Amino acid sequence: MPDAQETLAIAFELNSAPIEATVEPQTPLIDLLRERFGLTGTKRSCDVQVCGACTVLLDGAPVSSCTVPAFEARGRVVLTVEGFAADEGSSPLIEAFVNNAAFQCGFCTPGMLLAAKSLLDADPSPSEEAIKDYMRGNVCRCTGYKKIVEAVHEAAEASR
Amino acid sequence: MTTREFKTVGTAVRRVDADDKLSGRAQFTGDIEVSGMAFCRLVTSPLPHARIMSIDASRARALPGVYAVLTSAELVNMETHYGSDKKDRPVIAIDKVRFQGEPVAAVAAVDLATAEAAVELVEVEYEELPTVTGIDEALDPSSEPVHESNFCHEYGYEWGDVDSAFRECDRVFEDTFEFPMVYHYAMEPHTCIASYEPDRIRLWTSAQHPFLVQAEIARLFGRQLDQVQVVVPFVGGGYGSKSYTKIEPLVTALSREAGRPVRLALSVDEAMRTVRRHAARGTIRTGVMNDGTIVARECTGYVDTGGYTDNGVRVTERFGDRMPGPYALANVRVKTYGLFTNSTPAGSFRSIGGPQAIWVCESQIDVVAHALGMAPFEFRVKNLVREGEEVRRGRRPIEGDLEYALRRVADEFGWDSWTSGPTPPGVKRGIGFACGVTNSGASPTSTSLVRFHADGSATVYIGSAEMGQGSRSVMAQIAAEELRIPYEKIRVVASDTSAVPWDRSTGSSRSTTLMGLAVHDAAIDIRQQLLDLAAEHFEAFPEEIEAEDGRASFKGESVAFAALVRNMFGGSGGELMGRGYVTPKHASGKLRQDPVFWEVSIGAAEVEVDTATGEVRLLRYYSISDPGKAINPKQVEGQDEGAAMQAIGHTLFEEMLYEDGQLLNPNLVDYRVPIFTDLPHEFETVLIESGNGPGPYGAKGVGEGGIVCVAPAVANAVFNATGVRISTLPLTPERVWRALHEAGQT
Repeated sequence: MPDAQETLAIAFELNSAPIEATVEPQTPLIDLLRERFGLTGTKRSCDVQVCGACTVLLDGAPVSSCTVPAFEARGRVVLTVEGFAADEGSSPLIEAFVNNAAFQCGFCTPGMLLAAKSLLDADPSPSEEAIKDYMRGNVCRCTGYKKIVEAVHEAAEASR
Repeated sequence: MTTREFKTVGTAVRRVDADDKLSGRAQFTGDIEVSGMAFCRLVTSPLPHARIMSIDASRARALPGVYAVLTSAELVNMETHYGSDKKDRPVIAIDKVRFQGEPVAAVAAVDLATAEAAVELVEVEYEELPTVTGIDEALDPSSEPVHESNFCHEYGYEWGDVDSAFRECDRVFEDTFEFPMVYHYAMEPHTCIASYEPDRIRLWTSAQHPFLVQAEIARLFGRQLDQVQVVVPFVGGGYGSKSYTKIEPLVTALSREAGRPVRLALSVDEAMRTVRRHAARGTIRTGVMNDGTIVARECTGYVDTGGYTDNGVRVTERFGDRMPGPYALANVRVKTYGLFTNSTPAGSFRSIGGPQAIWVCESQIDVVAHALGMAPFEFRVKNLVREGEEVRRGRRPIEGDLEYALRRVADEFGWDSWTSGPTPPGVKRGIGFACGVTNSGASPTSTSLVRFHADGSATVYIGSAEMGQGSRSVMAQIAAEELRIPYEKIRVVASDTSAVPWDRSTGSSRSTTLMGLAVHDAAIDIRQQLLDLAAEHFEAFPEEIEAEDGRASFKGESVAFAALVRNMFGGSGGELMGRGYVTPKHASGKLRQDPVFWEVSIGAAEVEVDTATGEVRLLRYYSISDPGKAINPKQVEGQDEGAAMQAIGHTLFEEMLYEDGQLLNPNLVDYRVPIFTDLPHEFETVLIESGNGPGPYGAKGVGEGGIVCVAPAVANAVFNATGVRISTLPLTPERVWRALHEAGQT
């Protein structure tokens, strides 16, 4: 890890657009997204990489932005819920969440959608067990999970 | 009930908040920027019980970028204590701390890093006091008193001739069960922005009861209600953790000191030291005849309310109300006590006192049934209270047919035909059942306002906080139904005390029933005005007018509602206003009796117990939900499933662990909540609509029933599998293994 006094200039792709920023080595990615870029769809909750509320996709793979340093984004592709929702290709998953009541308070939902997208990108027709296993890093305290599993199934069917 | 054709009621409509919540646009309190806002960090007590000898904040105040440090010395020209029933909680610790993590000072600074640096510079001297941990120490008269004594509240009731009944019955059983402290883990920890201004106080806060917060802040700071604005944005989960007033007084007092708006966003660690569920111990004596008739129950219970009362009074009472169970009992005696200890204050948590009470009640029902050689299911059915009978003397009779509900769950589950089937060596399977009724609805007081606009759309104003339950959508459905306009033409404005009319609270499963009734009445108020205008238009009587799809019609002619409104005002604008008042004297006559309604809870579980490791796996769980009328069936299921999943947590692994007043697991690594892989293969809600609730269309609340029966159903299933009764939650592998080992089962 670089010296804590330095600042780092980084360039990366954020929600399909190139972007540059100067960050301190200890700045977590979530702070850069929320506080510098105003992308408040990414949520902070447990701070210890358990809950998944802060999930964003880094080169297509889910990461906890609360613990990933911002400089790790250098030269890579970051997708937040805002970018996900703006993409027409996301509508099957979004509509499946609506149809199946797969969200309630909505605090886990941005991370949940991104984890589900990442799963479906890798495995277009996952089994129930595969969904549960892949999504285990994303906590939802409202729904009881069943409706999210059903939504991911439906999105997989719809995309086929 | 007459059958009525509905347009949107009864349909799983697209939630009004779907687009916000699925795009990242939904604004929670922590997403709001108020210009000039300072950031707060807390100095908290490392000791669970101590006198504060001195606080020196001079170095912190001198740090560049620090605007203010709040300590008890700054609590001048204001009331210093708050609380829903007992005002025993200081805005910030005064002279003494009563739990580890209690705020003793609060810093407001230009940014969080500066605030954190300043926290390190605040010097506090303590004189340690003996710690009171758990129910036994609280009951020990030689323990140090946390307040004037360690008794917070006492509750009880009795009917029949209990002592004679116990003397005359065939057998008496007495058993004690323990329920742990658990944490809500609303994924959004408590967050509040306060702006103390010369002529008003503004707050944006993650609160379930905006109007109770408004009243508390007005009282503390000597303001009129109209000078205090409480805005509740989307709430990231509540489950009771954001009931009543939590961090709002502290943040407001700090804003007053700092002379600018201040934001405090708690961490999970801090939220775990803000509120939790009451740990409980309940003992039930049950007297029965040999034919399986229960003749008497005597219930004694204790709840641990921690360092301050918070909602300890009501929880002590509900624990007592709910413990005897849904049975026809001729003789009952209940005594419950709320106790202070040096731990996080305990408040509301989804079905206050309910899971604790039914854990005790329903575990013991199985103990008694087994001892009598009766099937537990039939033993329950034999003793159930019948529809229309009082389950608690002098209170609202039971609204639904409980036996039907029990048999429905048993049928869907396949209770009668269940067999263990082949299992691997060392693995045993069993099934368990539980049922309960919980008095819900809190206070039957809500108001609503509906504005009907000149283009035929409408705005509904409600005080209910949207914390996931979907109340905004339900209110829009009810308004659309009664205004006779499409659901898509309704907008809901909620939970801003300066914009919406008063509501008591969002909790106790009450919003659909009570706010729903207020919206229903407000919409009918407007419809009546539209019918009057249409009658004038058609030169007819209002009763002769048909209203449908945004139009009024009479003898083959029709006119748009919008045109009627514009004509009334003689131009292109104008609007109608409708109001709904819900009080105990509501014209329906259904709100006179307490409780507002009885929420029914039933659970059937199949488990697998690994006798080598003590692991309990929940294979199947069936729950019931009776919303009276399901206004949005998917949301009803969502409430039930979500509640049952939270219960899987306290049944199998969730527990806040204290040792000498120190919380050992204040984070989500050490405090485990249910994750996807804990979802049973079959996890079903049996929906029945008995149509007899006091809300609109016979609706009643369903937010809490699902959390009540999981623990006793699972423990009863473990007993069915192994013959071993476990009387303490959670059913961790270690606890189960030890119990099996003692019984020679491993």
